[in-house]
Amino acid sequence: MATIILDQPGVGRALTRIAHEILERNKGTTDVVLIGIRTGGDHLAAMLQERIAQIEGETLPLGILDITMYRDDIGTRTNLAIGKTDIPFPLDGKNVVLVDDVLYTGRTIRAAMDSLMDLGRPKSIQLAVLIDRGHRELPIRPDFIGRNVPTSREELIETEFNEKNQPVEVRLVKK
Amino acid sequence: MTFRHKHILGIEQLSKEDIGFILDTADSFKEINSREIKKVPTLRGKTIINLFFEASTRTRTSFEIAGKRLSADTINITASSSSVVKGETLEDTAKNIEAMRPDIIVMRHAASGACDYLAKRVDCSIINAGDGAHEHPSQALLDMLTIRQHKGRIEGLKVAIVGDITHSRVARSNLYGLTRMGAEVRLAGPGTMMPPGIERLGAKVYHDMNQAIEGADVVMMLRIQLERQGKTLLPTLREYAKFYGLNTQNLQLAAPDALVMHPGPVNRGVELSSYVADGIQSVILDQVENGVAVRMALLYLVLGGEQAE
Repeated sequence: MATIILDQPGVGRALTRIAHEILERNKGTTDVVLIGIRTGGDHLAAMLQERIAQIEGETLPLGILDITMYRDDIGTRTNLAIGKTDIPFPLDGKNVVLVDDVLYTGRTIRAAMDSLMDLGRPKSIQLAVLIDRGHRELPIRPDFIGRNVPTSREELIETEFNEKNQPVEVRLVKK
Repeated sequence: MTFRHKHILGIEQLSKEDIGFILDTADSFKEINSREIKKVPTLRGKTIINLFFEASTRTRTSFEIAGKRLSADTINITASSSSVVKGETLEDTAKNIEAMRPDIIVMRHAASGACDYLAKRVDCSIINAGDGAHEHPSQALLDMLTIRQHKGRIEGLKVAIVGDITHSRVARSNLYGLTRMGAEVRLAGPGTMMPPGIERLGAKVYHDMNQAIEGADVVMMLRIQLERQGKTLLPTLREYAKFYGLNTQNLQLAAPDALVMHPGPVNRGVELSSYVADGIQSVILDQVENGVAVRMALLYLVLGGEQAE
């Protein structure tokens, strides 16, 4: 059984709000870069880049981060596929806005932060997520949230993207 | 897809999907090798023993760097420094090493099938780094990665492999891998270096090198192992170079953008003229670079595959 949490316009509105919040928090676009976590976060980061360009007239640098090699569960996983990290700009002194679709235990974000630190020395790392579903296992807190959705551990959050990598809807699914 | 191999003993056991998955994984690992800090914590706390019963610098170093870039602890044991010289059997050596609880043993051995033998007797993962004249899977994988990187595909390509086919584990692993990936494999070499019946594995056999390389997209030259069979199977090196050496003249028979490959180390003036070895079509150093990425992929995948086995 699935419940739709956000439809396409809903995701759009959430991203527009997050875009404004990022600009407000950072007082503009100076030294701000967007990095999306593959896969899901990278598509949302690209949409945030577009939104910010529309609002501020500045296109922020956009990078993609694959955190597979920083995960802490090798040996218990069966899916071993890894993707490429593509960050074509230096991170030193930048205010990095890390973007992901769903925030859950916080382990993905921990891996992403470790990975970023190996790539450079950002001035700050901020976290933007479309959905915060709770159940944190690490002391990690998002700075920008599309929607808070209290869930049980028996539920899943699925974000569906179309072939153009635009989010179609976000669903809550009972396992 | 799910990778379910605990050991990498040869290309023969890998499906087309397995090979494609290893190459895709290696492709992703290449990005790490171009970073300023070339290290990720993926295999932190894992122990890899490089057990080399045969001389090797390139492969051993490549595996060692691969392990270290994944944060594993890598230890090298070479035959001259091991108890093998004191008469210990392979099984005893392996059991003693296993008692130290490594996660992976990367092994090179002069006997064909030594890795397979060991894999049946120890609990940790075994990666074959060359066993006799049998297989050298990581070399074939790095060759395939290099071909794919330059040509964008493997399927449909014409690949000529020239040299001592009988004694070449590189040739055998490449033959399995390339034919499985849909390439046409042509083998060329002197009659004394061509195993009878090899065409049953799907290759076309030539004794005239020029016929084999005509129109080829890739020309893979094998090393003449002077330290082993060179003296008994060849009249003279000069004659070998004349009939089976690649130079600027016969290279023109291959496709204009053909790749020149060699597993190294090159006997300059024998298998390859220096002009070709250093020429724009040569991808020999790309092969070495890709070797680290492929070995990182293998180390990563066999440990992940452990639970699924």
